[in-house]
Order: sequence, then C-alpha cells, then structure tokens
Amino acid sequence: MVAVGSPIRALKEAGLAALVAAVLGLPLIGFRLVDQAGGEALATRWHDLAYVIVLAFIGRLGLVLAGDRPSRSSAAVKSALTPIVRPVGTYLPWLLILFAVILPALPFATRGVIDSGILILTYVLLGWGLNIVTGLAGLLDLGYVAFLAIGAYTTAILSTRFGLTFWECLPLAPVAASAAGLLLGFPILKLRGDYFAIVTLGFGEIIRIVANNWRSLTNGSQGITNLPRPSFFGLADFTASPAPGHTAFNALFGIAYSPIQRVIFLYYVVLVLALAVNVFTLRIRRLPLGRMWEALREDDVAAAALGIDRRKIKLAAFAIGAAWGGVAGVVFDARQGFVTPESFGFIESAMITAIVVLGGMGSQLGIVLAAVVLVGLPELFREFDTYRMMIFGGAMIAIMRFRPRGLIETRRPTAVLK
Amino acid sequence: MAYFLQQLINGLTLGAIYGLIAIGYTMVYGIIGMINFAHGEIYMIGAFVALIAVLALTSLGVASVPLLLLLVIVGAMAIAGLYGWTIERVIYRPLRGTPRLAPLISAIGLSIFLQQYVQLTQGGRVKTLPPLIPGGFTLMTGDNGFAVGISNFQIVVFVLTILLMTGLTMIINRTELGRAQRATAADPLMAALCGIDVNRTISITFVIGAALAAVAGVMVVLYYGVIDFFIGFLAGLKAFTAAVLGGIGSLPGALLGGLALGLVESFWAAYADAAYKDVAAYAILVLVLILRPSGLLGRPEIEKV
Repeated sequence: MVAVGSPIRALKEAGLAALVAAVLGLPLIGFRLVDQAGGEALATRWHDLAYVIVLAFIGRLGLVLAGDRPSRSSAAVKSALTPIVRPVGTYLPWLLILFAVILPALPFATRGVIDSGILILTYVLLGWGLNIVTGLAGLLDLGYVAFLAIGAYTTAILSTRFGLTFWECLPLAPVAASAAGLLLGFPILKLRGDYFAIVTLGFGEIIRIVANNWRSLTNGSQGITNLPRPSFFGLADFTASPAPGHTAFNALFGIAYSPIQRVIFLYYVVLVLALAVNVFTLRIRRLPLGRMWEALREDDVAAAALGIDRRKIKLAAFAIGAAWGGVAGVVFDARQGFVTPESFGFIESAMITAIVVLGGMGSQLGIVLAAVVLVGLPELFREFDTYRMMIFGGAMIAIMRFRPRGLIETRRPTAVLK
Repeated sequence: MAYFLQQLINGLTLGAIYGLIAIGYTMVYGIIGMINFAHGEIYMIGAFVALIAVLALTSLGVASVPLLLLLVIVGAMAIAGLYGWTIERVIYRPLRGTPRLAPLISAIGLSIFLQQYVQLTQGGRVKTLPPLIPGGFTLMTGDNGFAVGISNFQIVVFVLTILLMTGLTMIINRTELGRAQRATAADPLMAALCGIDVNRTISITFVIGAALAAVAGVMVVLYYGVIDFFIGFLAGLKAFTAAVLGGIGSLPGALLGGLALGLVESFWAAYADAAYKDVAAYAILVLVLILRPSGLLGRPEIEKV
C-alpha cells in the first residue's frame, strides 16, 4: 500500500484531476461560441484549456502533498490566536462603529467611498433584518429581497403619486412590508427547513414578476424614476438652488454648497437606522420572544413540547424581519433615486442570505464582516467585474467548506442553565 | 378543441423536459436528503455542450441527423455526468454531516459560480440554433382552420423520455446498483455495514441525475433553439416544483409532476396571462407544500426527533 501523502499517490491523484479538468473544460473552455452571419460558429481556445488543466494538476498535487497537515496546523494557529482574538473581539464592534462614524471625515473618503459605505450599510441593515428570521428563529428565507422590493416600491409610489417625503415614508414602508410578511408568512408556517427556503424563494420571484408586469402601478420594467431625495429632516434641501419657500442645507448652516453633503447625510441616516436595528435585535434577544426564537432555532420539536406556539412566533419573526427589509427599501430609493424590478432578483436574496449565513447565523458582528467582504470587496475590484460574481459564488462555497458555521461561530444561546 | 389539443401536445413536451430534470432532484433528495440547488445549472451546461457539439460535429462532417443526435446526446450526458460527479466529490461530499444549511448555501454558491463560469467562457449573449429535425405531422384541422400538429422533434422527445424512464426504472428495481441506491436511501449507515460502498452509490446517483438533466438540455437546444447562461435557474426551480408536486423521492412522481407542471404552464399561457405563467408554477409549489407536502405519489415524511 502506498503511504498517505507519498509522491506517487500525489502524482496519480493530480493526473486524475487534470484528466477531469480536461474533459470538463473541453466543450466550454476549449470552444467558444461566436456570432456569425447565418448563425453560431465555433472558435477554439486550446491555450486557456491547457492553463486550466495545468492548474488542476498543480492544485491537486499541492493539496495531496500537503496531505493531513492543514488540520493540525490550523488547530495550532487557532489556539495560538485565541488570546489575541478574544480582546479584539470585545473591542472590534466599538472600533467598527467609531470607524463608521468618522469615515466621512477621513482623507480618502471621496464621494465614491461614501456611496459604497451607504451600500455596505444598506446590506448590513438588510443582513441584521434577515438575521431575526434566519439567525434567531432559524428560518432560512431565500426571498427576503421581496420585502426590500415592497419597501422600495411603497416609497416610490407614495412619493411620486402622493408627494410623501422620505421622512413620511420611513415609518410607512415597513408597515407595508410587515403586512406583506404576515400575508406571505401565514400560509407557509407549517413548512420547515429546505421547503421553507424554496417557497420563500418562490415568493421573492413572484413579487419581482408582479412588479415587472403590473404596469399601471409600477411602470413595469422601466421602473419608477426621479424619486425625491431625502431632505434635512424636512428643514432644508440638499440643493444649490432650493425651490421657493425651501431652505438650502448649506444656507441653513452658513457653509459652502457641495454635492457631497447630501451623500454624507444619507450615510449617517443609514448608519443610525442600521444601529437602531442592531440595538433592537440585541434587546429582543433578551426578551421572552427572542428566547423563544432561539429555542425554535435549536430544536423546534423540543420548543413546541415546551409549550411554545411555533406558528405565532414564526409569524412574529417573519413580520419583524420584513419590517426592517421595508426600512432598507426606503434607504435603497434614497440612494438610487429610481427603482426597477431588476434590482430585486434572486441574486440579491442570495447575497443577503449569504451575508447572514456566512456571518455566522445570529452573530451581529459576523454579518458586518460578511457584508464588508461580500459587498465591499467587489466594489473595490470593480475592474474585475466579470469575475466578481464568480468569486462571490466561489467564496460562498469555500466559506461553507472550511467554516460551515460561518465566519464567527456564536450560536451560543443567550440563556443557559447553570 | 383543436387549440386545446395543440396546447396539450406542447405542454407534454415541456413537461417531459421538466420531468427529466426533476428526476435528478428527486434522486439526490431521496438518497442524501439534500436539495441540489445547482442541478438546474447542469441542465444549462448540458444545453451548451449540446450546442457546441452540434456545431463541432457538423464541421467535422457528420451529416446524418440520427447519428448526430445520438452523438450529441451521449456526449452531453457523459460530460454533464462528469460535472455531476465532480460537484459531488469536490463540493458536497466534504459537507456531509455539517449543519443542514451548509450544503444548501454551498449549492446556491455553486449555482452562481456555474452561471458566471458559462457567461465568462461563452458570453452573455443569447445563443440560437436553427431546428435540426424539421417537419412534422398534421393530426387534425379544427373548424376554424386551426391545424393541430406534432413535430418530428416532439415525437423524439416523447420516445426518448419513455426510453430513459424505462431504463432508469429497470436500473433502480432490477440491478445491484439500484438495490444499493435504495438501501443507501433507506439507511446509509446500515447500507455501509452491509458492504455497500455508500460514497460510490451517491456519486453514481449524482452522475445519473446530471446525465438526465443534460438530455433535457439537449432537447431544449434542439426544440426551442434559444439558450443563454441563465436558463438553468428558472428551469431548475420549476423542475424542483415538479419533483415536489410528484412527491419528492419518487421517480414516477418526478415525471408525473413534470408533465402536470408543463400542462399547467402551457394552458396558463394559452388561456390566461402569459406574463404570469411563472407565478402559476410558484403558486402550485406553495399550494402543494401546504396542502399535500408528500406530493402526488410520495410517502408522508415523519417528523423525527
């Protein structure tokens, strides 16, 4: 028998991997469909195929030769890092909040950076909202984007048709989203696990299809454009030349006009909203409702046996989570200034779910880190746009492979019997 | 009546395609209790391989259509089967025994990865192929001159589906491999103790499911002649609906569910609003899961503690 990690076995394995890569890549990498007069034609790319084969060979060779070492060394690294990681873990949330607060004042904070900041914070807000459903109550919702869509469309319709402002929509959109959450959640309370996930995915798609086809209300695939931007608490507008009877923000404070002021203001609004969700979640975890959610997540049969009304608290989780999705929808409109059904595809839901699950299912900090990794890094590498989503998919696989419980494993129940 | 009959034929063709994809979901769910969310992408890859194979073989001078069809189907099945094997081996196998959500999230990641992989290698443009097997029969002509037809290719789809289903049923019920699969589905640990190579059995299940999805992909390319890198998502979701409708874990159920879904969609598009035909499919999924979670032919799942 050949010993584990021996070079001969490694070569054999690597050869097999190369062969598999060759066959897998032959049609899709070796050939390329090109558009030609009279139909499709084929071009060849043997070079690329050769690279992939060599890469598979070397990769597999390396993995096999590394053999059983990684498990031991990673455990060693873990135990060595623990004394360093612990204190960082305690202060990290505060450091992150501090960083978020002073970000607009930092020298590299251009308009683009702050805009990306708003985007990341929107996803953090969405992640924390979904965390109530998925992280606390343990219901995998793959259609959470539906509530973002409802919030965004409610805001868009109310503000363009009825002239409501950002601040008036802010409480109304979550009410609409929450009502939709109750409506959609009610029939599917019985379902568990994977089935629940797939049905919520279906709901997300239904909302998108409806938004795409209900032209009289949503203007179909063209969407609703020219949405009013949020004002400074209704006191002043962010514009160089305010409408008659309105004050300009720069005039109110007696400073020079700059278009970045509006962006910075929106940034702080989103930050405050996100932190509000965080405080809400941290508090509700300590209430009976939060504890019941966690009990449900850990073992729903046992939870039911303890007299917890599963239907009622699942519905509560769904409605509250949806409400925060609606809040994110208002912010979404304020950032983009328009809304189209395209923004609410499955990929967005997958992104939000990925943020929650990769963050560690229930860890508030993990969600922030995951949002920065999944939303922030791709923003940074805009030029690699074609590889962006591919890397995103790959990252989801890799994190599940190496940290199946998420980046930060804090599934500690908040209440334990001592 | 004539219009109805035509929709029936079209619906059954579509349903056969859904059914073939649904089998992969149902087999994998039956054996390891996991929804292989990336299964739709295998179908999409099968369609692309088929398109490329058709072009490559024609340029090599294969002129006989039956031979071409045979080569394309076998080739697509083989390559998609290898994709299925690789996916199981590299991505799902290490995740066995992890929390239930991990494989599902991985599968979603894989689905995105494969879509982007095909977009990157083949471009995002919609690809078209003129029909390979033209012609057909006119079955009857309605009062208003509406001719009901069945195309030659639709006949190929029906015959192929029946052949594959019969073959698969034989494999599951009569062969050593089928017995190993049924045993693994019932109790993997016990099956392993009885000398069944559980890993190999699961691998083969993935290969079979992927190969059948590839056949569906071949049919879509040759029947509709329009594909892009995104077709796997919707088709996968609908095939999953078909599998649930038929009773997940049941092979005849998958085909039955596929046919039923194909018919519903076809009639919905014909008599109701075509823009909402996907909504009809999702509505069926939700209704079946609420009212009869075990589907048409499945056995009810018992809640285990």
